[in-house]
Amino acid sequence: MSMTRGDDESTFPPFRHAARALCLAAVGLAAGAKANTSNGYNLPIGVTSLSRDIYTLHMEVFWVCVAIAVVVFGVMIYALVRFRHSQGAVADTTLVHSTKVEIIWTIIPVVILVVMAIPAARVILMMEDTRNSELSIRVTGYQWKWEYQYMDAGEGVDFFSTLARDSNFARELHSGIDPNSVPNYLLEVDHPMVIPSGTKVRLLLTSQDVIHAWWVPDFGAKRSAVPGFVNELWFKVDSGKEGIYRGQCTSLCGRDHGFMPIVVDVRTPDDFKKWVAEQKAAAKPAVAQSGQAGEPPRPAQVVAN
Amino acid sequence: MAKPAASDTAHHDDHHDQPATGITRWLFATNHKDIGTMYLVFSLIMFFIGGAMAMVIRAELFQPGLQLVDPVLFNQLTTNHALVMIFGAVMPAFVGLANWMIPMQIGAPDMALPRMNNFSFWILPFAFTLLLSTFLVPGGAAAGGWTLYPPLSLQTGDAFPMLIFAIHMMGISSIMGAINVIVTIMNMRAPGMSLLKMPLFVWSWLITAYLLIAVMPVLAGAVTMLLTDHFFKTSFFNAAGGGDPVMFEHIFWFFGHPEVYIMVLPAFGIISEILPTFSRKPLFGATSMIYAIASIAFLSFIVWGHHMFADGMPVAAQLFYMMATMLIAVPTGVKVFNWTATMWRGSLSFEPPMLFAIAFLFLFSIGGFSGLMLAIVPADFQYNQTYFVVAHFHYVLVPGAIFGIMAGVYYWLPKWTGHMYNMTLAKAHFWLSAVFVNVLFFPQHFLGLAGMPRRIPDYAVQFTDWNMVSSIGAFVFGLSQILFVIVIVQCVRGGKQATAEVWEGARPTGLEWTLPSPPPYHSFTEAPQIP
Repeated sequence: MSMTRGDDESTFPPFRHAARALCLAAVGLAAGAKANTSNGYNLPIGVTSLSRDIYTLHMEVFWVCVAIAVVVFGVMIYALVRFRHSQGAVADTTLVHSTKVEIIWTIIPVVILVVMAIPAARVILMMEDTRNSELSIRVTGYQWKWEYQYMDAGEGVDFFSTLARDSNFARELHSGIDPNSVPNYLLEVDHPMVIPSGTKVRLLLTSQDVIHAWWVPDFGAKRSAVPGFVNELWFKVDSGKEGIYRGQCTSLCGRDHGFMPIVVDVRTPDDFKKWVAEQKAAAKPAVAQSGQAGEPPRPAQVVAN
Repeated sequence: MAKPAASDTAHHDDHHDQPATGITRWLFATNHKDIGTMYLVFSLIMFFIGGAMAMVIRAELFQPGLQLVDPVLFNQLTTNHALVMIFGAVMPAFVGLANWMIPMQIGAPDMALPRMNNFSFWILPFAFTLLLSTFLVPGGAAAGGWTLYPPLSLQTGDAFPMLIFAIHMMGISSIMGAINVIVTIMNMRAPGMSLLKMPLFVWSWLITAYLLIAVMPVLAGAVTMLLTDHFFKTSFFNAAGGGDPVMFEHIFWFFGHPEVYIMVLPAFGIISEILPTFSRKPLFGATSMIYAIASIAFLSFIVWGHHMFADGMPVAAQLFYMMATMLIAVPTGVKVFNWTATMWRGSLSFEPPMLFAIAFLFLFSIGGFSGLMLAIVPADFQYNQTYFVVAHFHYVLVPGAIFGIMAGVYYWLPKWTGHMYNMTLAKAHFWLSAVFVNVLFFPQHFLGLAGMPRRIPDYAVQFTDWNMVSSIGAFVFGLSQILFVIVIVQCVRGGKQATAEVWEGARPTGLEWTLPSPPPYHSFTEAPQIP
């Protein structure tokens, strides 16, 4: 069989609880469930229309697979039990071919696949529609950190985002620090990306060295950052879903691939405006000091390699 | 030895009827059985080397934090685990089985090109010595993933040219092996054995051999371009010089996707041999099985884009690759349904080969289901590069390809050695493998869906529990493979004499069962007549 189902509250709730209880009891674990994130064994429903559409598609395809598996595995298990040599079963050696059933079991999968492909195609078209975005952020991958350069309303805001210091100490080989004692171990950064809720945000992804990939599961948003090229993605976090969302680089990018998390701080549009103003205010003295008026200030960073 | 002519009845001088003695028997081997044995032993050694790397990986991932290896060594291990398992364990195992079985199944005295056969084997120990010695050079072994994506792979140290050269050698070996298979099948079938009368294992290998010839040169081209980018300042994959890193991914996966089927089609063939034998009835829909393999092989050339949806692709391409990928489910479904129908109204017994074949049927199907889920582009964006993908391809490759190989070994081992093996031990090997392969890989679906990226040496604490379960599964699965070696070694040394037919009540499809166990050094010195 396949994955245990997740938080789809609307259908089969008894099954959900049974399956969850079974899973947890079987291995004696309590999956660390957090608000708005995955329950530990399934995709998160997430906080954007895209992530919800993806979750729905995921569960639909999953249940289609379960249905097929129940039928096919059921027939197999029946055959394994019913037609045992040790129970005196005699082989029907004439059963070697049937054009009719072979045509049937070719056509039925084709129909199922077409039915699955149509809603998927609809979501693809939506995902790729980056028009009318209200805020664009250029995201650049480095070995091993992210840079966020705001455009539009945030023009001029530009900073790097690296693994938080406590995680960075704890993750050293033989550090002696228990990862469980570090808050949000490996999923915390010094400067999170801040975005407004209820706003269509477009990311322009690129890289300065090798291929990275930017992923926040709760947004249903993942795309590679390829050096020399720009990939686009968009998401619009629902109003009322303000909070902290976490993800990681998903494209192997060298030694510290596992140590360049993504943290997004979603705020209300008003709070976001305030944050932008603060960033700009904080940037001004730095500009005056350094005397490089044209260059947007960047928090001091040491390149990790 | 044998002349490549279908009508040839293969005259041999007396002194060729017995193997040479000592090391020369192996160094200068031209006999298909000796070369097959060397391939199989080599692949078993590689299976344990690649497996040892996997054990270290799983030990490091047993709990969060870094305890055993630093991230660089971790990346070296994941990269080389894949290279060793794919090119060192799975592919040579199938070539070994092809060497042993194809001449015996089609009524030929030997492979068509015995000296090339020798060469294609003896390249491999050198290729893998070169590959594994990269762990000792400055900068360490390749750590950019077996997919070798630039620009990351170009950051490899002194290992880089060694890796490229090793891959070239493996490719040359595979291409020569494939040529040999095609020439043997096309020219050396016994009179009366038409193509459609060939056993399914032979058919699956014929199609696999064409896949190999088609795509190994593509891999060679891709890695050669990497080499020139690294040393001769070309810019095939360097955006600053007008190249495109994503172009490498296209070229690599044009090789890589057919490669997936290279690793599984021969297993399909083996399963199609075993299920009829232990169901005591012929394969259901044998002709449609052949068409299904051919369709899968064709489709494997047009789905490569599904590996790189997240790397940026026009909508039309996303739709095309999604549809084409889903289409593969149709011939694959036909195969699973035909196998099920083969067991239907049969008379089933559960010897070790059958057990592995049945496990293949169930567990490969699970890999197929997750493959179908991965084909759905929007969902793929969430699954891509997570442990969900790791679970998917390990389900296809471990209980798929590797269980297929083990099923084949347990099926034909009595034929090769002339001895029956220890059934109890073999069944213990089966049950431990079948149970713990699921403990190992099933939780990885959950990890991926819950958000754990692949290829990371350390993880956030909420992933701890499933990683522990997976690691425990890995340790038991890994240890239980020692039973496999014990069964084989015992069987080679002695055991109950096997009959020519080996499996009681079997309805063999291939001519191998008409030969005594063990078969004579030269399989068919006179071509058998096929009714």
